[in-house]
Amino acid sequence: MNFEAVKAIYLFEMARTRRTLLQSVVSPVISTSLYFIVFGAAVGSRIQAIDGVSYGAFITPGLIMLTLLTQCVGNGSFGIYFPKFTGTIYEILSSPVSMAEIVLGYVGAAATKGMMIGLIILATASLFVDLSIQHPLAMIGFFALTAVTFSLFGFIIGIWAKDFEQLNLIPMLVIPPLVFLGGSFYSIDMLPPFWQAVSHFNPVFYLISGFRWSFFGISDVNPAISAAIILVFLAICMGLLTWIFKTGYRLRN
Amino acid sequence: MAPIVSIKDLSKTYASGFHALKGVSLDIEEGEILALLGPNGAGKTTLISIICGIVNPSGGQVMVGGHDVVRDFRATRSLIGLVPQELTTDQFETVWNTVSFSRGLHGKKADPAHIEKVLKDLSLWDKKDNMLRELSGGMKRRVLIAKALSHEPRVLFLDEPTAGVDVGLRKGMWQVVEKLRESGVTIILTTHYIEEAEEIADRIGVINGGTLLLVEEKAALMRKLGRKQLSVELTEPMTTVPPALAGFGVTLEGEGTRLVYDCHPDKAGAAIPALLAALSAEGVGFKDIATRQSSLEDIFVELVEGGR
Repeated sequence: MNFEAVKAIYLFEMARTRRTLLQSVVSPVISTSLYFIVFGAAVGSRIQAIDGVSYGAFITPGLIMLTLLTQCVGNGSFGIYFPKFTGTIYEILSSPVSMAEIVLGYVGAAATKGMMIGLIILATASLFVDLSIQHPLAMIGFFALTAVTFSLFGFIIGIWAKDFEQLNLIPMLVIPPLVFLGGSFYSIDMLPPFWQAVSHFNPVFYLISGFRWSFFGISDVNPAISAAIILVFLAICMGLLTWIFKTGYRLRN
Repeated sequence: MAPIVSIKDLSKTYASGFHALKGVSLDIEEGEILALLGPNGAGKTTLISIICGIVNPSGGQVMVGGHDVVRDFRATRSLIGLVPQELTTDQFETVWNTVSFSRGLHGKKADPAHIEKVLKDLSLWDKKDNMLRELSGGMKRRVLIAKALSHEPRVLFLDEPTAGVDVGLRKGMWQVVEKLRESGVTIILTTHYIEEAEEIADRIGVINGGTLLLVEEKAALMRKLGRKQLSVELTEPMTTVPPALAGFGVTLEGEGTRLVYDCHPDKAGAAIPALLAALSAEGVGFKDIATRQSSLEDIFVELVEGGR
């Protein structure tokens, strides 16, 4: 195990975060604050509590997930795509590092950054709404597992993407609809039966449901199923990565 | 002694179907400087990329320091430093950070004293806190060399190291290469400046169309394929070569104003005085003489043209 290399990649990526502090941290905080002002305070005050949870508090786990998923996919993909784009990837590929170590460095940094921003959002949210976390350990578990899984997913996108358009496609076009339609702003009980059924095909729905359960003890599906779905998605990502490394797909061809 | 790099029957076909290497075999001895010459698209960069692990080979085997570059990549890549052809740098990093990053990637613990020495040797010390985007092309090139030297490699690959570097800087860079060789580092370089290969390399390899045309000691190559040419400017033009000189195989050029004599460099020492004596004996007057030894460039052009 080449610890020095994992450390070098991890610290290099974290240094990039520090350099771009404004867009990395300040912009998600501002956009989330806007959500709280509009949905939590303005609109939310006219919406009745859902399962005894005020609307502002109810949307908090979903908003944290929205930021976490966007950040992790974005950072995971950009971290590996950028060296490919500038050509500095030559150095990674010619170093005595295994692909697993490369993933550890890049995905570790992307997940760390995503979680940092997620926690900042949580802190911001607590300024607007009363929050209680009933199952803190489960909350941290869902939080960390989601961060790692989606950073890994982002890493795969970064290897697959041939240009910036492809790189932005999934974070921009796929993640927000999945999060918005995954019950961030409502309980799926509020949907007509057909859309309730459709929601069950949305993997993000399970994440949000499980994450919300860790806060308020209420959920649309059993939290164990939520955890299982994340683990399945993690396994799929790991399988894809193994295939990528075996074939040298878009890296060593 | 076993060669430090041993390449056997190496081939590469890219996904596009391009056949970049067609069965290249080559042994590189520890401590030598090998120059690889070849036109663009000859396969030089592909060869280097496979040895360094950037590109997967389609067939054949490469051993570095006795280890297979695919199976035992940790061992081989720890021994190798690579300076790529393109000026690929992290624009927003500082010189110090990017060079230290390279050392870490190669699994070596931080060693500020070594990094300082490398930067000083490459005249980059006063730029250590500058961002890479603030540097000129020549400085970026030296940063890439510093990155490659950061982990104290035993084999250094320089892919077109002097492209776009001014004359003064180029000289400085060759001094660095010379110093590295003295410390026992094996150096493999590709260059378009053939006179440079001529000046610093121990052996020359010529590659074209994915095939290694030859690998020779530089001196042997020059001896074997080099030509010496003597031109004699005549005072009076001639219409035919005098019979007494015909045995030398001279030809008339410039509308009979110049006699041209080609010979092997080894024989020039005896043949040229003999020809000049014959000219005097024949009473042929001349006003100027010039000799020219063919350069590596001539040999290279001849080989590559011949291969087409």
